[in-house]
Amino acid sequence: MTAWRTEGGTAIDRTRPLRFTFDGRSVAGFAGDTVASALLAGGVSIVGRSFKYHRPRGLWGAGVEEPNALLDIAGGMPNTRATQVLAADGLAVRSVNAEPSAEKDRHAFLDAFSRFIPAAFYYKTFMFPDWHLFEPRIRQMAGLGTLDGAVRAPAFAEQVNHHCDVLVVGAGPAGLAAARDALRAGRRVVLCDDGRQAGGSLLFRAATIEGKPGAAWAADVVSELEQAGALVLAGTTAFGIYDHHLAGLNQKGEGGAPDRLWRVRAKSIVLATGAIERPLPFGNNDLPGIMSAEAALVYLRRFGVAAGRRVVVATNNGLAYETAQALSAAGADVTVVDYRADAPSPEGLRVLTGRTIVKASGRGAVSAVRLSDGSVLEADAVLASGGFTPTVHLYCQAQGKLDWRDDILAFVPGRPVEGVEVVGAAAGDFSLPAGLAEGAGQDLGIVAAWPKSRAKERVWIDLQNDVTAKDVELAVRENFVSVEHLKRYTTLGMATDQGKTSNVNGLALVAELTGRRIPEVGTTTYRPPFTPVPLASFAGARSGTRMSPLRRLPLEREHRADGATFREYGGWLRPAFYGSGAPEDRIQAEATATRAGVALFDGSPLGKIEVVGPDAGSFLDFIYYNTMSTLAPGRCRYGFILSEAGNIYDDGVLVRLDENRFVVSCSSSHVAGVHALLEEWRQDRFDRRRVFIHNATAEMATLTVTGPQSRALLEAIGLGLDLDDAALPHMAVAMGRFEGQAARIARVSFTGERSYELSVPADHAASLWSRLRREGQAFGATLLGLEALMVLRAEKGYIVIGKDTDGTSRPMDFGLTAPLERKKVEFIGRRSLVTEDAARPDRRQFVGLEAIDGAGVLPTGAHGIEHLAGTPRSLGYVTSSYFSPALQRPIALGLIERGLDRMGDIIELQHLREVRRARIVAACAFDAEGGRLHA
Amino acid sequence: MQLFPCPFCGPRSETEFHFGGDAGNRRPEGFRAVTDGEWAAYLHDRNNPRGAANEIWMHMTCGEVFRMERDTVHHGVAQAFALLEGGGDDGLAH
Repeated sequence: MTAWRTEGGTAIDRTRPLRFTFDGRSVAGFAGDTVASALLAGGVSIVGRSFKYHRPRGLWGAGVEEPNALLDIAGGMPNTRATQVLAADGLAVRSVNAEPSAEKDRHAFLDAFSRFIPAAFYYKTFMFPDWHLFEPRIRQMAGLGTLDGAVRAPAFAEQVNHHCDVLVVGAGPAGLAAARDALRAGRRVVLCDDGRQAGGSLLFRAATIEGKPGAAWAADVVSELEQAGALVLAGTTAFGIYDHHLAGLNQKGEGGAPDRLWRVRAKSIVLATGAIERPLPFGNNDLPGIMSAEAALVYLRRFGVAAGRRVVVATNNGLAYETAQALSAAGADVTVVDYRADAPSPEGLRVLTGRTIVKASGRGAVSAVRLSDGSVLEADAVLASGGFTPTVHLYCQAQGKLDWRDDILAFVPGRPVEGVEVVGAAAGDFSLPAGLAEGAGQDLGIVAAWPKSRAKERVWIDLQNDVTAKDVELAVRENFVSVEHLKRYTTLGMATDQGKTSNVNGLALVAELTGRRIPEVGTTTYRPPFTPVPLASFAGARSGTRMSPLRRLPLEREHRADGATFREYGGWLRPAFYGSGAPEDRIQAEATATRAGVALFDGSPLGKIEVVGPDAGSFLDFIYYNTMSTLAPGRCRYGFILSEAGNIYDDGVLVRLDENRFVVSCSSSHVAGVHALLEEWRQDRFDRRRVFIHNATAEMATLTVTGPQSRALLEAIGLGLDLDDAALPHMAVAMGRFEGQAARIARVSFTGERSYELSVPADHAASLWSRLRREGQAFGATLLGLEALMVLRAEKGYIVIGKDTDGTSRPMDFGLTAPLERKKVEFIGRRSLVTEDAARPDRRQFVGLEAIDGAGVLPTGAHGIEHLAGTPRSLGYVTSSYFSPALQRPIALGLIERGLDRMGDIIELQHLREVRRARIVAACAFDAEGGRLHA
Repeated sequence: MQLFPCPFCGPRSETEFHFGGDAGNRRPEGFRAVTDGEWAAYLHDRNNPRGAANEIWMHMTCGEVFRMERDTVHHGVAQAFALLEGGGDDGLAH
């Protein structure tokens, strides 16, 4: 191919030359050139190697449809189409799938073996002994492009949500006319186009609209739109239409900036997405130098690059004549090969009618074509037009159905989709907007030129995935005749271009092979995205903690000052332990000090959901497994909340403040779920005017004072209430005051020690904490982190939901059967507790496990094992396991089959390869009588 | 991305909503009288319609539970009803 720069070129600025490198080779261009146009002008005919056979490939297209020229941009995006990257000084790009360069590719030998590597070759060949042995090597060969792990995005991709009346996709003549109509009718309009300049075909095809040259008319319409406040987005691809008229747009970032994602919600959408030219099927139709006739017109008129000096324009329709005439006028020697017998021959053009191309030939680039009459034409460029495929992707994504039109040999939008209008070439209308343009425009006048079966030549259907007509024939022979099967078997249309140029030719061949019409074969499903969208656009700023924000305590700063080590617990960042030294020593010391004196614990994430109203009691009777309406005001009760399937969903203490006022203390990580559950049942089943729910978890901080000295410490602070055990016994609640604010004091214990939970408004937590710290010095108060709390509660056999329970746990597995036997009313999950499954004697029950082999702490997750006829079988597993500082020996909790009936039994436990022995004991290992709660 | 009409907040993005089950899947009452079959049907049987669907949804951001008639094929939303306005399908959603 001997392309050259001509005069003109409306997109480039010849006063601003630039240089970039392609596969290390320096290429010159001008500002406004795409990498593709500069490569073409610079005589680079091989721009890439094909996916499977590593055949040399040149440019086919000039826009989004380009199948061959994929590039990795150094320090940027891999697998980018050269037709859509602006050339820039200092840019370094590499062809993909080629080593060391597209021109001298070391895998080029593969093409010689191509007849042995047909469709599905890998799956058929590498079956024995195991596909997975071969897969890594094949995958490495198969991938396109290389991701540079060192590249870091300069910033997050921005995401914009936008609402409008009308979204027009495509700024060609039809789209511009539609946008202007909508604007003049008073609509809020968004117009987007994937080109950098609005105008579509008007930028390279001759047209006169409303008395102006097409490109000038386009510019005038755009300025009218922008002046009236319409949003015009250039370089922006509408890649998907989603439910309820949401369109996804990706706007190209220039100068290294990340792309920007737009979510546009439009009342109606106009699709003016144009049409894409199809290749002609002839032998070696993939040789470099064989290009879309329309693309050649784009390169000539936009970039001032003529595709060749001896040019054959091959066509089955009338639209390619503009390319032939323009190149002829620019000085090329042009011959038109028109597949139509009765084609009109314009003056000054050499036209061979009624003939087709059989085969192209040339080494590394096309040099000649043989015609159906046996004659041979020498050529350095073959510009082919096999007709046009309307770009119906977005219409189909919007659940549109296609109709086939025999007069234009194309699928076009069929039944209307509400709120979606398709106009212009996308609707199969290749003329200019009616009433605006002068003259009828060019006539398509197309005849069929589909690929034929049993061709001797290698006819390429899908250039990007290297699918030939023979591959399609093989698939049909093996009975993959459904279009979806054909696609997956041959990979036709599965490459990054999604078959924009290839699908219809493939369907036509299947139709011939199976004796069906093309519409009977049908198309594959169109799915977003229309073109590849960087994952960074979808991600936006959401990564790490911005994806899943940590919840933070009001007292985080104070804990940090006290040397806390923080960990995440159920979404909350909480102190695991305090101070330096070996964590295990710190944890043991904190637990020991708690039982010896007094400890301060930040329990602020604890759920605090207020349930208020005259029906609150009966509402909570329904919510809880336990009867709650009988709870006296000023008292607390522990209970389970079940799912309707009768499994334990959450546990916690319910506080009754007065007749009509309760506080649900649910697990810290379960607050949102319990809140939603309460709301759903309240609105569904109860009179919402008589029971009200308020989630006060975030507005209240809860600080826990626990240990034998806890009352003494609180008395030293003075919270304005009687702390005597007669007035405030275990499981009672009372209101006091702190700094003039109401403070709720509940005697609830998760350590087994005398404990007070102090709940105050979150903005008073810091001063209460510092007061406790200050007064606590006299009592040697320790700071208690979550890890030591877990040890203390395990010594007592107190459970943690989701750790000591699983999705099958029921309340009877924890020995709590009284409510089921005695409760008078319905509650969530009740009926599920009187089922066969709930009554099964071999349920896994909650027990303690005491290691008896002297080998230390049992591994959490170790399975209890029994051997049945030599086969091991799980009896359940260890849920919690620690070294107990109070007992100075390992303790563990577990869910073990029939555990409650097997107290004292010794079982074998296995974890990975470790075998342990433990005795089944009561879950509570320390202070079983509970005397310390009152000590 | 669908827009759902919360009776309290108006049209909001589907990501703010939580599916609450089929409308009219009434909870069988009376734990002694309800058979295993009735209870299992309540727990597990779903309408899973192709086309018109009648469902309970919750708008997580405001907490409103409501009934919505929509289409599972073209995803059009016909109507949404607050439960208090008789939307609960003769009283109760479950």
